[in-house]
Amino acid sequence: MEKTNTPKSHSPVGESKPRIDAREKVTGAALYADDIQFGNKLLHARIKRSPYPHARIKKVDLTRARALPGVKAVVSGEDFSGYIGLYLKDRQIFCRERTRYVGDPVAGVAAINPEIAEKALGLIEVEYEVLEPVLNPEFGASPQAPLLHPDLGQYVVASFILPRPGSNISNHFKIRKGDVASAWKKCAAVIERKYRIPHIQHAPLEPHVAIAKVDESGEVTLWDSSQSPFAQRDLIAETLGISQSEMRVIAPLVGGGFGGKAGVSMESLAVAIATKVKGYPVKLLLTREEEFYTAFVRQGLVATFKMGCDKNGRLLAMENTFYWDGGAYTEYGVNITRAAGYSCTGPYEVPNIKADSYCVYTNHPVGGPMRGFGMPEMHAGLEQCIDELALQIGMDAVEFRRRNCLKGGSILPTGGKMHPTGLSECLEKAAEAIDWGKKAPPTAPNKRRGKGLALMWKAPAMPGNAGSSAWIELAEDGMLTLGVGCQDIGQGAFTVAAQMAAAAFGVPYESVRVATPVDTRYSPYEWQTVASRITWSTGNAIINAAHDARQQVLDLVAKAWDETPADLDIVNGMVVSFKSEREIPVKDLAIKGLPKADGKGWMGGPIIGRGNFMPADVTGLDPETGQGEKAVVHYTTGAQAIELEVDLDTGRIDILKGVAAFDVGKAINPDMVKAQMEGGLIQGISSALFECLQLKDGVVQNPSFVDYRIATSADLPKSVQSIIVEVPQDDGPWGARGIGEHSMVPTIPAIANAIYDAIGIRFEGPPFTAEKIYLAMLEAGIVKG
Amino acid sequence: MAFHEIKLTVNGGLEQVRIPSNMTLLRMLRESLALTGTKNGCSAGECGACTVLLNGEPVNSCMVLAVECDGAEVVTVEGLAGDQQLDPVQEAIIHSGGVQCGFCTPGVLISSRALLDRNPDPSEEEISEALVGNLCRCTGYIRIIEGVKEAARIQTARS
Repeated sequence: MEKTNTPKSHSPVGESKPRIDAREKVTGAALYADDIQFGNKLLHARIKRSPYPHARIKKVDLTRARALPGVKAVVSGEDFSGYIGLYLKDRQIFCRERTRYVGDPVAGVAAINPEIAEKALGLIEVEYEVLEPVLNPEFGASPQAPLLHPDLGQYVVASFILPRPGSNISNHFKIRKGDVASAWKKCAAVIERKYRIPHIQHAPLEPHVAIAKVDESGEVTLWDSSQSPFAQRDLIAETLGISQSEMRVIAPLVGGGFGGKAGVSMESLAVAIATKVKGYPVKLLLTREEEFYTAFVRQGLVATFKMGCDKNGRLLAMENTFYWDGGAYTEYGVNITRAAGYSCTGPYEVPNIKADSYCVYTNHPVGGPMRGFGMPEMHAGLEQCIDELALQIGMDAVEFRRRNCLKGGSILPTGGKMHPTGLSECLEKAAEAIDWGKKAPPTAPNKRRGKGLALMWKAPAMPGNAGSSAWIELAEDGMLTLGVGCQDIGQGAFTVAAQMAAAAFGVPYESVRVATPVDTRYSPYEWQTVASRITWSTGNAIINAAHDARQQVLDLVAKAWDETPADLDIVNGMVVSFKSEREIPVKDLAIKGLPKADGKGWMGGPIIGRGNFMPADVTGLDPETGQGEKAVVHYTTGAQAIELEVDLDTGRIDILKGVAAFDVGKAINPDMVKAQMEGGLIQGISSALFECLQLKDGVVQNPSFVDYRIATSADLPKSVQSIIVEVPQDDGPWGARGIGEHSMVPTIPAIANAIYDAIGIRFEGPPFTAEKIYLAMLEAGIVKG
Repeated sequence: MAFHEIKLTVNGGLEQVRIPSNMTLLRMLRESLALTGTKNGCSAGECGACTVLLNGEPVNSCMVLAVECDGAEVVTVEGLAGDQQLDPVQEAIIHSGGVQCGFCTPGVLISSRALLDRNPDPSEEEISEALVGNLCRCTGYIRIIEGVKEAARIQTARS
């Protein structure tokens, strides 16, 4: 029997409650950062950016810009020292000596309107000496490459990130396990493959926006579209040399994040400019074009896989090398490299492993977290190799996965043991739903039909001590107000938080409101809304807060009724006694307490519960072998299956059916879990078929929705099936673990495997555009020109 | 910069605004009238987040100059609901789970309203086609389309 952190009363959990914020969102009342009204003191900021991927700044002349009427501040790197970054402090707010990507901020302007600010940018004169750029991570990692960060050895870095000063490698994560060299001889089949996964962009519908104000005493307020208000408080304050409590971040609803609004990026620019115009709110709103090339990108990846199995299809060895195109600054990306390293085998038990995951500085846009945190890129190649290896020994690809996939107790690449997991069940259900093994005829003579499947795993990648907290207050009307510092970025965090608070305390879901917007001055601490960690981590903090408040209520009533708290419960907002069958509404005692039995005075007082949560047992890993007791808190696992048709006349792919099956431990809100599976599947399809940030000499060639195509309502599969598997997480709230990111992890390889099944062709990487497919079919002689 | 005084009906109420020649309808709604329900996703007519009804037709308000709207009738997301009741498209999309981050939602709702005004019983293909200009990065559109189908049923039942 597993120990799950399951409170007694649990009615609102497991039910598909409507979103807590749905009504404000459908009526236009929902407030996003750009909607906040600041009055006519508001200044508008614009950023002067480097036109070169790599250059030395010889001279910046701000004189003419400063003289333009309506301009209130013009700043450059001269004005700010200090470095900023989440895991590796390698980034300056404005460039000081050198620029490292096209778009790197060189100077900033605040003016009374956006037009004047834009005009002032044209008056800023910058002289550059153009330097040789690094535009490829494999070259970048070589000794021949120009050094992009000569000061790498001096940067402040997290203990688990391993930079190689004197090179462009900002993190090198290794796994050395077993004996790979001698394992190859025991293999009945070995394959070696290389894949290139292009950069893509998050493309949330809401562009990045930040409004900063610095008051006369130096206190800073930042309103922004943010997944990480607390991390921003910490990092921006530190870089500006003010204390964290002097920095306040107010983060209203986020119009899509996908990781792009995590950590700190453009927000520090708005704050830096605001320090020069005290008393004025300064707004920086990225244009859609800037959104494409200056916001965090999903890093490109060059991956080589070598893997082998015995004649029974048992995986014996893997040797995997990943070169991540980290871009100009890898302050966040270094940890993607690490996550890919410790997850390098995919969800399989492999006894002999050699893995090297390199984060490499290049003169490309800044890499950062994106939904999946390295896993979609890594699985893209890995899960195709699994299919190819199965084919080589003549085994069905599902059977091959069935034999090798992780089960509870399997040994992980980092040496520890896998917790109980529903991965096998996900595999079986996905295979069944797609009618695996049965070939249906194409819908037309000019089409070829195919099926593909892929598995995945992903752990929250975060420092071992990433914390959450929550508080709970009751009002006179019995409503419960829940304070959390997590953010609703569309995934439904506030709804699920309210459901968990309601269930853990003992009130209906409708009796909970969430204290929003998140405000670092009043909201409880949350590390960041990333890593699919909120349901699990914040959920545990909420349970602890609810139990704290609940215990206060039960103790008070027990004393008043001369009973023991163990005989009492809170059900639907009523304190009830199983012993005496007495009852009293919680609201009657929530604020004013209860009179003492003798009538002389009162007891109790306003109820306020507090709770926190932090994982306690994540260990470090050996820097040479990547081995350790517990690398991560847990892994969410799952499978996707795709059935598609390739049009022989055009190369166009039609997705006929998409199936997703994920082990979420426990679905707190099943409909919203399915909505994550659907949204992730379509985003995955979009990344597989259409998306690629086209970089030429460091310049993004397609910075618009016209040239960077994302899936539209016309690109949906004919049918989509989402399957929830629930093998509880021992330390999860009601057994739950995350699902937000996982749903787009296996999509690229599932589609690639289906394309192979249809036309027998494999590609070096996505996107699998009609043009690419058609030309490949032409070359393979499948079609004639 | 030349300024113009225009009169128009927004969400049923008469408005008189003074605007510069180069101001878009989107900026006028958000800045002059503080109707921030209409969203700015790209300022280039590519994403549909700023869709409003202009004389009954859905338009990208970032691509329309405010000065062109003198005498026009504009409906934004704030004008969809009646005093007592949500519009069927609003009610249905809540129920279907077609709202996630909510940033595309105002534009999606306006395009859906325009569709149901001209076609009270659209097929799934007709709904996909009507929403092709409204990008959504969260939902994968599936529950949005389900919502519009349900909205058609609610609308029929109400009439």
